[in-house]
Amino acid sequence: MNHWITLPTLIPAFTAVVLLLGARLELATQRSISVLSTLALIGVSFALVWQAASGDYVAYELGNWPAPFGIVLVLDRLSALMVLLTALVGLPALLYAVHGWDTKGKNFHALFQFQLMGLNGAFLTGDIFNLFVFFEILLIASYGLILHGGGERRVRAGMHYVVFNLTGSAFFVVALGVIYGAFGTLNMADLALRVPQADPTQEAILRAGALLLLVVFSVKAALLPLYFWLPRAYGSASAPVAALFAIMTKVGVYSILRVYTLVFPGTVPMLDGLPAKILFPIALVTLAIAMIGVVGARSFRRVVAYLVIASVGTLLAVIALFSQEALAAALYYMVHSTLIVAALFLLTELIAEQRGVRDDVLEPSTPVAQPAVLGSLFFVGAVAVAGMPPLSGFLGKIFMLQSSLGTEQLPWLFAVVLGGGLLGFIAMGRAGSVLFWKTEGETASSPASGAAILPVVLLLLLVGTLSFLAEPISAYTNAAAEQLMEPEPYIRAVLDQGGEAP
Amino acid sequence: MDFLVMEMLVATGVGAMAGAGVYLVLRARTYSVILGLALLGYAANTFLFASGRLSVGLAPVISDDALAYPDPLPQALVLTAIVIGFAMIAFAVVLMLRAHADLGTDHVDGPGGAGR
Repeated sequence: MNHWITLPTLIPAFTAVVLLLGARLELATQRSISVLSTLALIGVSFALVWQAASGDYVAYELGNWPAPFGIVLVLDRLSALMVLLTALVGLPALLYAVHGWDTKGKNFHALFQFQLMGLNGAFLTGDIFNLFVFFEILLIASYGLILHGGGERRVRAGMHYVVFNLTGSAFFVVALGVIYGAFGTLNMADLALRVPQADPTQEAILRAGALLLLVVFSVKAALLPLYFWLPRAYGSASAPVAALFAIMTKVGVYSILRVYTLVFPGTVPMLDGLPAKILFPIALVTLAIAMIGVVGARSFRRVVAYLVIASVGTLLAVIALFSQEALAAALYYMVHSTLIVAALFLLTELIAEQRGVRDDVLEPSTPVAQPAVLGSLFFVGAVAVAGMPPLSGFLGKIFMLQSSLGTEQLPWLFAVVLGGGLLGFIAMGRAGSVLFWKTEGETASSPASGAAILPVVLLLLLVGTLSFLAEPISAYTNAAAEQLMEPEPYIRAVLDQGGEAP
Repeated sequence: MDFLVMEMLVATGVGAMAGAGVYLVLRARTYSVILGLALLGYAANTFLFASGRLSVGLAPVISDDALAYPDPLPQALVLTAIVIGFAMIAFAVVLMLRAHADLGTDHVDGPGGAGR
């Protein structure tokens, strides 16, 4: 019996319920419950990664209902990695929020835990309908979080975010209906067996189902032309929420990765590699437009928000190659981009607070109170996000470009990724010089406490770890990509349980 | 024959609701947008319900003389989707009321938004 796999959803679920029931508890108690639960989550995720690293699959049948009739949770290297990444981004975001943001609205901690629950559930489930349910859990928690702190800007941006995602959910339900109507199952492993055997008369409906799902996941991942909600929503969310949301777009990327390697892989003759053909150009254009946004943004939060879109564009362009090397490189870069963007969102607020009335607008302002500390952190963050050596952004890009060698997409990928990198470098240099050097008058702000800076340092240390442990980590992502390209063991693990207990 | 009639009815119903829903979601006032989201949700739910095939006169629960049963899974799925959709719409209504109070207008782009 192996119940560990349920913990990443159960721990935050129970913590959230306890926090809701104890809404009148002292804030200090609420904070420690929330932080302890997130720490436990990190421990459990490390255990899961350790277990998954051996290459075994764990398929957990909830309520002991045999697959494909019941819902299964499936642990493989990819899902374990995503769960760990969620916890590693969650803790610094929470530590930052504990430093004051959680007093600016009610139930911050409960919403935060529900968000973690939805994220972990989405990464672990092996059933598409269950994926929809976890999407909704993480979305409704994110609706609450994005409005946290209130104010006109947030309400307006939140409204767009909510309407857009509700429409996306309706499309998700329709896609599920199409797929269930055609194949009579929503278990991903079971679907993977039935899709290649589809009747030729089902070609149109199969394509419709596969591509509708692509639309739904692109809404989550913020691909062109479905990204317009993101810069405003992320740019106006409170810093810890924006940092946590660094992983939200990756849920879309994860779902694309999972569904288009397992259920609708390019090898299905009726699809004829259609998802990859659509994904590649769209992802490249997304990256190009996002980098223009990075250069053109007038406030630093918008710069970082556009960097989120750029990372999604880069990732999906590489994923669209659908080779083992490409997926391995993309997974490494996904970890890097999530951590660094989260760090930048937190850092932005520290800088903005100390700049006074100009906030994060890229115009001359009073100097920050701690130019040395914040400047160094900014420098490290800028180097990492622009993809300069020696940090993981550089390594990730090298891996990705290497993986495209010998493919016909190579010139496009090289041109856009390298051109985008140059624009990113210019934008970060410009932002840094405005934020720290183009100052006027005397500073009027007090320095930030060590506790507020710690989460940023933590995230940057993780980026550093990712760079220095690049070999074992890329070996892991390579093994994860190998699992993705060979779905048969996954299918067997889910379906051939032979009646034995999970 | 009545089977065909029902399929026509459900199909046109889904189409009409989805069409009206998309039109209303694209409007510039929050009240229309809410109605649009609700209609779009109804259309999606009815569609999901119909994915188990429409059937007439089949036994809903196990009985000895039943020849066939309707597919129970879409019913369970649609029930989940309805509950989720209901909560989401409720949240959207509260958010739009809040937006009206905070922004002083019911335009989705806030004060200064263009179009109707």
